Amino acid sequence: MTTDIRLYTAGDAAPVPAWKRRTRWQRLQQAVAPLLRRPGFSLALLVVLFALLAALAPHWLSSFAPYATSPADKLSAPSAVHWFGTDELGRDLYTRVVYGARLSVQAALLAVAIALLGGLGIGVLAGFAGGRLDAALMRLVDVLLALPGLLLALAIVTAIGFGTVPVAIAVGVGIIPGFARTTRAEVLRIKTLPYVEAARLGGASWLRTLLRHVLPNAWGPVAVLATLDFGAAILATAGLSFLGFGAAPPAAEWGTLIASGRHFLITAPWVSLLPGLFVVAVVFSLNHLARSAEEHAR
Amino acid sequence: MKRYLIGRVGQALLVLWGAYTITYFILYLLPGDTLAIMLSASGMEADGLSPEDLAKARAYYGLDRGLFEQYFDLLWRAVHGDLGQSLSLGRPVTALLAERLPQTLALAGLAIVLSLLGGVGLAYLTAYLQWRPLKTALTRLPSLGFSVPVFWMGLLLIQVFAFGLGWFPATGSQGFASLVLPAVTLAIPSAAVYAQVLQRGFQGVWQEPYIATAFAKGLSRAQVQARHGLRNAALPLLTLIGLQVGNTVSGAVLVETIFSRNGVGRLAQEAVLRQDIPVVLAVVAVSAAAFVLVNLIVDLLYPWLDPRIAHTAKVS
Repeated sequence: MTTDIRLYTAGDAAPVPAWKRRTRWQRLQQAVAPLLRRPGFSLALLVVLFALLAALAPHWLSSFAPYATSPADKLSAPSAVHWFGTDELGRDLYTRVVYGARLSVQAALLAVAIALLGGLGIGVLAGFAGGRLDAALMRLVDVLLALPGLLLALAIVTAIGFGTVPVAIAVGVGIIPGFARTTRAEVLRIKTLPYVEAARLGGASWLRTLLRHVLPNAWGPVAVLATLDFGAAILATAGLSFLGFGAAPPAAEWGTLIASGRHFLITAPWVSLLPGLFVVAVVFSLNHLARSAEEHAR
Repeated sequence: MKRYLIGRVGQALLVLWGAYTITYFILYLLPGDTLAIMLSASGMEADGLSPEDLAKARAYYGLDRGLFEQYFDLLWRAVHGDLGQSLSLGRPVTALLAERLPQTLALAGLAIVLSLLGGVGLAYLTAYLQWRPLKTALTRLPSLGFSVPVFWMGLLLIQVFAFGLGWFPATGSQGFASLVLPAVTLAIPSAAVYAQVLQRGFQGVWQEPYIATAFAKGLSRAQVQARHGLRNAALPLLTLIGLQVGNTVSGAVLVETIFSRNGVGRLAQEAVLRQDIPVVLAVVAVSAAAFVLVNLIVDLLYPWLDPRIAHTAKVS
């Protein structure tokens, strides 16, 4: 017995490491690495991260104050000092766009969160319950789809009042049906797979099966849709603010910025066009990320 | 076929009723005293009136009745073509709609035609071209198309074509020239969607055996694409046209506001600003009706255009 041990330690100088499951982080790294090698994807990621950083800590990205007026250099063209130029009160537009990210990104996040909760709820319920409940819920989704998104949002805004939060809620309700449909389709697909059956046979409750087996696997397409709809929500909230139902004018908010700049379109086109260009960049990047992730998964 | 037709029309009516009901309950159930809104719309304060006057006004407008009683009354009258009275303009909503609808229909109609031309054209070009870099760039273009805010695109077009080049008037609703810029603005997001779907459709169709057969027959690339590629790839577009009606109506609200056109979209925007609930309800109902109607037509056209699915077509 002693000889056995001696043989083992002497012969195996470098023991073969036991197989270990890849950690979550490693798996994520391996999934994302090929995507990051594409320049387009990295650039889009940078733009989105910039917008998120602007929403969290705008003072890191600009040295001007967003509400400080300086009538002396009003409506000045873009330059090295004022990257996006200045507006009619001499406020630095780049700073206002950066600070505006807070309201716009928060509103879009709130809208997507509402849509995710509502859509996942309806979709999972319909997909899991099936039968009459499924039919009833899907008719409800059909009805919501028949209402044009912006008009439904307008109706909700009429009822609950103007401002950033009501607009975000209204936009969120408008994107629920899309999420509900995607989630339901995924749940229906996954429900029939062998591992769900195995989990049920193993004695897992429906709730456990749902949370541990169905939802994590239904997540992919829903996440892609959430990214796409994040961009759509930014556009929709900006549109509603542009119409005058969002944040009131002194506030820096992307839609409001574009709206207040349109009165100077002839003399100073950059006041509304450059903030708009920034919105285009952010939304385009979000769409690009979602599309790359979708293509990569296929 | 007759049963399919009746079922489909019944479903459409049901969806329309559902849309009307949901909008009604959103507008009347959520917080906000209707009478106070009506009074402030006509420039009066609810606090300045005696309780008796308020009660009289409530009875006059039928606001003292139950929610459901009001709802059924409203629905009954809507079915008979009476959409109520505008709170801020003091005119029947039906007359307002009749006055504004032609403007919006012209705009939406031209926008749909333009978006189809643009979208199909772009996808067709993408499929036909063989030079890689250009092909990739054109594949990315639709994604840019629906990342652009409609109202920003409108401002850009005004800046370039109205103020810069002076080809078209910047605002107004007189004549065809004033229709061009709004219609182009409204067409861009839909065109992007059509182009993207059609590009994917072409990618799929190009692998099909009948394409190889067509090439083997000796047809040129252009002939194969026009006769065998497009017709098969374009089918999904039909469903999409129906679904895009909603986006077109949403876009019309923004476009009409930017270009100051007197259409239904601008009516909706003004009604929301003045909290004119009957007008908002009517506009939402009319646009839901347009959506349902166009989708009904699309569904009825489908079996005729693609006999393979005949009338087992499931509408989901």
